[in-house]
Amino acid sequence: MRYSALQVFLNGLTGNKNWKPVWRNPEPKSHYDVIIIGGGGHGLSTAYYLAAKYGITNVAVLERGYLGGGNVGRNTTIVRANYFLEGNSQFYSHSLKMWESLEQELNYNVMLSQRGQVILGHSDGQVDSLARRGNMMRMQGDDAELWSREETKRQLPYLNHDDPRFPVYGALMHWRGGTARHDAVAWGFARGADMRGVDLIQNCEVKGFRIENGKVLGVETSRGYIGAGKVGMTVAGRTSQVGEMAGLRLPIESHVLQAFVTEGLKPIMPHVVSFGMGHFYLSQSDKGGLVFGGDLDMYNSYAQRGNLPMVEHVAEAGMALMPMIGKAKMLRSWGGIMDMSMDGTPIIDKTHIDGFFLNCGWCYGGFKAVPASGDCFAHLISTGNHHKAADKFLLSRFETGHVIDETGNGATPNLH
Amino acid sequence: MSRLAKGGQLDRSQQIPFTFDGQTYLGFKGDTLASALLANDVRLVGRSFKYHRPRGILTSGSEEPNALMQIGVGPQTTPNVRATTQEIYRGLAASSQNRFPSLSFDLMEVNDLLSPFLSAGFYYKTFMWPKAFWEKLYEPVIRRAAGLGALSGAADAAHYDKAFAHCDLLVIGSGPAGLMAALTAAKGGLDVILADEDFTLGGRLNSETYEIDGAGCSDWAAGIVSELAAMKNVRLMPRTTITGAYDGGTYGALERVSHHLATAPDHAPLETFWRIAARRAILAGGAIERPIAFPNNDRPGVMMAGAVRSYVNRFAAAPGQAVSIFTNNDDGHRTAADLVAAGVTIAAVIDTRAGAVAVADYPLITGAQVVGTSGRLGLSEISVRTSAGIRKIKTDCLGVSGGWNPSVHLTCHMNGRPVWREDIAAFIPADGAIPGLISAGSALGEMSTHAALKTGADAAAEVLKDLGKKAPRVTLPKAEDAPVTIQPFWHVNGAKGRSWLDMQNDVTSKDVKLAHQENFRPVEHMKRYTTLGMATDQGKTSNMNGLAIMAELTGRSIPETGTTTFRPPYTPVAIGALGAHGAGKSFAPERFIPSDALAREKNARFAEVGLWYRPSWFTQAGETNWRQSCDREVVMVRASVGLCDVTTLGKIDIQGPDAPEFLDRVYSNMFSTLPIGKVRYGLMLREDGMVMDDGTSARFGENHYVMTTTTAAAGQVMMHLDFAAQVLWPELDVQFISVTEQWAQFAVAGPKSRQLLDGLLSEDITDETFPYMACGDVTIGKVKARLFRISFSGEHAYELAVPAHYGDAIARELDKRAAEMGGGWYGMEALNVMRIEKGFITHAEIHGRVTADDIGAGRMVSAKKDCVGKVSSQRPGLSGPEREQLVGLKPVGTVKQFLGGAHLFNVDDDAVRMNDQGYITSHCFSPTLGHTIALGFVKNGRARMGEVIKMVDLLRNVETKCEICNPVFWDEKGGALRG
Amino acid sequence: MRINCPICGERDSREFHYRGSAKLLDRPAPDAGAEAFYDYVYIRENPTGLNRELWFHDSGCRSWIVAERNVTTHEFFKTELAVDAKRGAK
Repeated sequence: MRYSALQVFLNGLTGNKNWKPVWRNPEPKSHYDVIIIGGGGHGLSTAYYLAAKYGITNVAVLERGYLGGGNVGRNTTIVRANYFLEGNSQFYSHSLKMWESLEQELNYNVMLSQRGQVILGHSDGQVDSLARRGNMMRMQGDDAELWSREETKRQLPYLNHDDPRFPVYGALMHWRGGTARHDAVAWGFARGADMRGVDLIQNCEVKGFRIENGKVLGVETSRGYIGAGKVGMTVAGRTSQVGEMAGLRLPIESHVLQAFVTEGLKPIMPHVVSFGMGHFYLSQSDKGGLVFGGDLDMYNSYAQRGNLPMVEHVAEAGMALMPMIGKAKMLRSWGGIMDMSMDGTPIIDKTHIDGFFLNCGWCYGGFKAVPASGDCFAHLISTGNHHKAADKFLLSRFETGHVIDETGNGATPNLH
Repeated sequence: MSRLAKGGQLDRSQQIPFTFDGQTYLGFKGDTLASALLANDVRLVGRSFKYHRPRGILTSGSEEPNALMQIGVGPQTTPNVRATTQEIYRGLAASSQNRFPSLSFDLMEVNDLLSPFLSAGFYYKTFMWPKAFWEKLYEPVIRRAAGLGALSGAADAAHYDKAFAHCDLLVIGSGPAGLMAALTAAKGGLDVILADEDFTLGGRLNSETYEIDGAGCSDWAAGIVSELAAMKNVRLMPRTTITGAYDGGTYGALERVSHHLATAPDHAPLETFWRIAARRAILAGGAIERPIAFPNNDRPGVMMAGAVRSYVNRFAAAPGQAVSIFTNNDDGHRTAADLVAAGVTIAAVIDTRAGAVAVADYPLITGAQVVGTSGRLGLSEISVRTSAGIRKIKTDCLGVSGGWNPSVHLTCHMNGRPVWREDIAAFIPADGAIPGLISAGSALGEMSTHAALKTGADAAAEVLKDLGKKAPRVTLPKAEDAPVTIQPFWHVNGAKGRSWLDMQNDVTSKDVKLAHQENFRPVEHMKRYTTLGMATDQGKTSNMNGLAIMAELTGRSIPETGTTTFRPPYTPVAIGALGAHGAGKSFAPERFIPSDALAREKNARFAEVGLWYRPSWFTQAGETNWRQSCDREVVMVRASVGLCDVTTLGKIDIQGPDAPEFLDRVYSNMFSTLPIGKVRYGLMLREDGMVMDDGTSARFGENHYVMTTTTAAAGQVMMHLDFAAQVLWPELDVQFISVTEQWAQFAVAGPKSRQLLDGLLSEDITDETFPYMACGDVTIGKVKARLFRISFSGEHAYELAVPAHYGDAIARELDKRAAEMGGGWYGMEALNVMRIEKGFITHAEIHGRVTADDIGAGRMVSAKKDCVGKVSSQRPGLSGPEREQLVGLKPVGTVKQFLGGAHLFNVDDDAVRMNDQGYITSHCFSPTLGHTIALGFVKNGRARMGEVIKMVDLLRNVETKCEICNPVFWDEKGGALRG
Repeated sequence: MRINCPICGERDSREFHYRGSAKLLDRPAPDAGAEAFYDYVYIRENPTGLNRELWFHDSGCRSWIVAERNVTTHEFFKTELAVDAKRGAK
């Protein structure tokens, strides 16, 4: 069923009784050409592009819980293409371009809002780093503006320019950055995949793999054995566990990242703003809540919740940066489990098992990657070759030393 | 006036004026804003989020979804304050939210007429065409319509505080269970904190009229509270919400210290955010009444029955002149009986149960349901469906009771799933959901007063036993012990009109049905698709009914359907409180150099360097631009002598028989061979082979070194050394300590540096006794000092270290001597120019992605020994011509401008990523050379000396042709250092 | 979260710096080869249950501590000084 304003109008006239299920609840078949493990953003977009772009429709997505229940449904919804290292730069650029036509592609309003994402610099050195980043963005064909101290003050009057501990020296504005409605992304890809014949199988937990002579044959699940020509895993925080079932030992740690939202407020914050001297970023949702976040809780965790030290640290950074939000009340805090890679950069690669493909290491930047991750992973699974936008995301890079380390913190996953 | 002539916990001697939407009203001390408004017959208090439907007060507690108000005007206005918890004070100015132009005439009400087209999730299906319109038209309109209250945009000037508290037992809630728990535990000798969000302790007892031990229950509560207040091991915390349960028995708590005061006492915070570390906790947070959904159940005047009772009993405010009750359980009848006793007219009690009996003199309709309401801005009439047909009843207030939900919220904060209890048709906390926390009273589903008192005392006895204490003898007071009789009834079927579930977000039973129809059936999908339970109350009054409807539709039970997870905080908490002391300078500690006062006297312009404040330059008379000051300082150092406070460098004193071996392992190069009295430059790697930091170590004895690190990495290096000594090689006998703050250290640099020291030091300093890279103990008068002949400027230079408390005095002495030789202080800018001229690196270059080989120091990774990072540094990706290597750059075209962060390209290439050859890390104007210079990284740079490339900055539109050169621009042979 | 420092007693976790897997105690011998160091530096077991991990009492006694903690419930079972853990292993 195609969605449109006319459909909304016609259905409204008839009591909204004719809307159809957005996806089926199919029983698993005995065999699929491709099985994707994990019904989050990356898994659903991979299935979608396999069917819509790479011509493979005999596909199942196996989800342990409900669709979109992982990080795609619990993030701070930021979309951007502002990386500065070769490998990341082209990939996120590709992703942002895909975002810009996603609504039409999916016939689903994911509410992409390119309101501008700005990173602040608080020393000459930080501004130089922002310039290096901004130049790379422009070299990649994306947009970036470097703002002086005065321009930043003019554009962002709501920051503390009066008595800051760390004054703003300048800022990097990325106007095409912004936000999107997270659940809609998962649901839009799910609906699109389902419409093209992909079986979305919820409440189906993977228990193991059948691997013979170095080739994957299928997946043992809580709903029985399902054969597969190829298997791709997109399970974020659960990467190590699912990987272990296939005998993979990976450069991944799982960490909890908290996020926060305030009660609804009238529009006050037009941009997405990132503080450079304390991990803090904030934007205002269309519903009016201030959505904000900061650093990982730092310790390994599989609990989708965090602790007070980071809650308070994030709030303190918020008050340092923009004390106008003091009277906004935090409504909810929650946590997602991040698959932190050892250099902060994702992995989209084959493995030593024939037909078994790996997509992980998204750290806390996975949401904006959803379209390109699905496209590139589907490309790899269907053709056996890396998509050119993702050909640096190799698992072997840790062994060879070709790491892609944007923060420069080395093999300490919680610092990326 | 609906104020009852007598009763209530009000101080009628204190009349308090306040305003709502500009109109002045009077209330009494003891009133909440909500009770005072009801006493003044104000029923319309807000508008809903989506349809802008008129909204009245629904509850008498913090679960209120409707009565959210803007308090105060001007820059310090506070949005979204629950009128049901805000105490009134003289001058309180409240206004309604989310309406235009006024509360009674809201133009956005048009949304309600359009509601057939605005069903759950409609926005996902439209606003997609034309493509550009979402951001240009639709989204701005939606954003303006959305939101509740407003921030002013001005900085929050309120004072917030934070504190830690520790106790044996935290009791959450001060109703009958909480009071008994606190009393029992306190008598048993535990340190007890009793916290309650209300301003009067006692919980529901303040809203009830029954007796405990022969006294009125609120009097009984007051008696216990005074008994607790007199005990030294008890801390009472009224106005304090336990906001969240965290790991290790840590609870977040928000104390509203001054919100109820017209003017707060000096230094009193508005709010204090507490971190309470409790060995055990008892959740006695009571229960929250749930509604029954029926058509048009959202009009002002439709309230929770228990809230109606609270307003009458506690606040002597009758929410209506002719009140009706709609219930499926006995508690609704208690409200009716209390209202009758208070002289409030009961229009009717409608009970869904066929066999219900009246407990006082009021009209009762059994086996019946409310199926409709009317009254545009407030309830005027209800329609009741009985076996005999529809009856219309005039009423201006309808109290609804669908039963009570235990307050399980805190027990869900660590992902605990509550468990279903069939006899009360409600979820109760799962055992062990929060380690160390047990529940009591109605929070546990024990609904009678007797059961609350008993489970409270029992819980405390269990805690006492657990903590190895004897339970005291406590006699349970006598109280009612009526069994709960409830017939689950969630929503009225078969009647026309929308039935509201979430009053704030405007989620109706139709939305849940649509979610089911479209296959958004898992509870999380239902919540996210319909926004049920995502309002400011997290669904405290709406989730259960929504779940019940979904359960009905799917043919599953409620526990099978599941619940969504309540998240911290229990009620919303101001960012200002969570972020107390984050605003302004107190965000991070400030570190000042020993010569700070002198630098300020000398017109230093400071910059933040990590936590330190360091002089960037010193402005002298006639200098209008930083470059003038900087250039003068560089020329001064190179011509005579300059002084710089370098105390900020990390300084670590390392001793022990294995100190030489230890340094060999943490530095890439050799330190065990360093002669005593000598300093060596050292490079430290991370275990992944990248450069961590550089610095020097000086050997003062066989087993004694003094290490310096960069300012930026001082903390990291210190932790790394602790790691190496404790985690990697505890067998090494080495001890070290940071002495950064113990020693003030000054660079004395320039051709006249030795002359400056002459006579200041007791020792005779010559090139023979103190050559380049020498170090040693010296004395200045009676002060023991340390001298290092090291240089970051390329000049003949020393660093003089004195105990920190002599820092200011020595700085002034050095200043005096320098002035006599035409020298003086130089700041970070001049320091930076001179180190770039010499090709010395900082963290601008060693930014964490750089190897020893990249900076031309590959040979500093000793082949003769192991060190941290050595093996990893030998991976193929970490050296070689495809990597970017450190080079110098000098301009060769007409444009001479370098910019930090600009990229480098071959001259004929376009400035696109595929052609990237490197980037600029540092640059300056060199007064020594008379032109700009830069350091940067270029692919295979060392093999490309003399090659002309171009720097392009696309952000600032600058393109400069430049020649790749040796990064040492000045005095390559180091004659100045040694001379 | 509260951590029992063997020297200072139970303290709020904000006094500590988290480093990661206690695998870092077992640095390979200098001649163990590239693969051993690759495994040591990059590969992590990342268990869902008990994790043996390193914390540093940064704002306290500056001890490196080996903790055993359930990473799903965040419950601590044991803490000891890294130097003791290392001695015990020998």
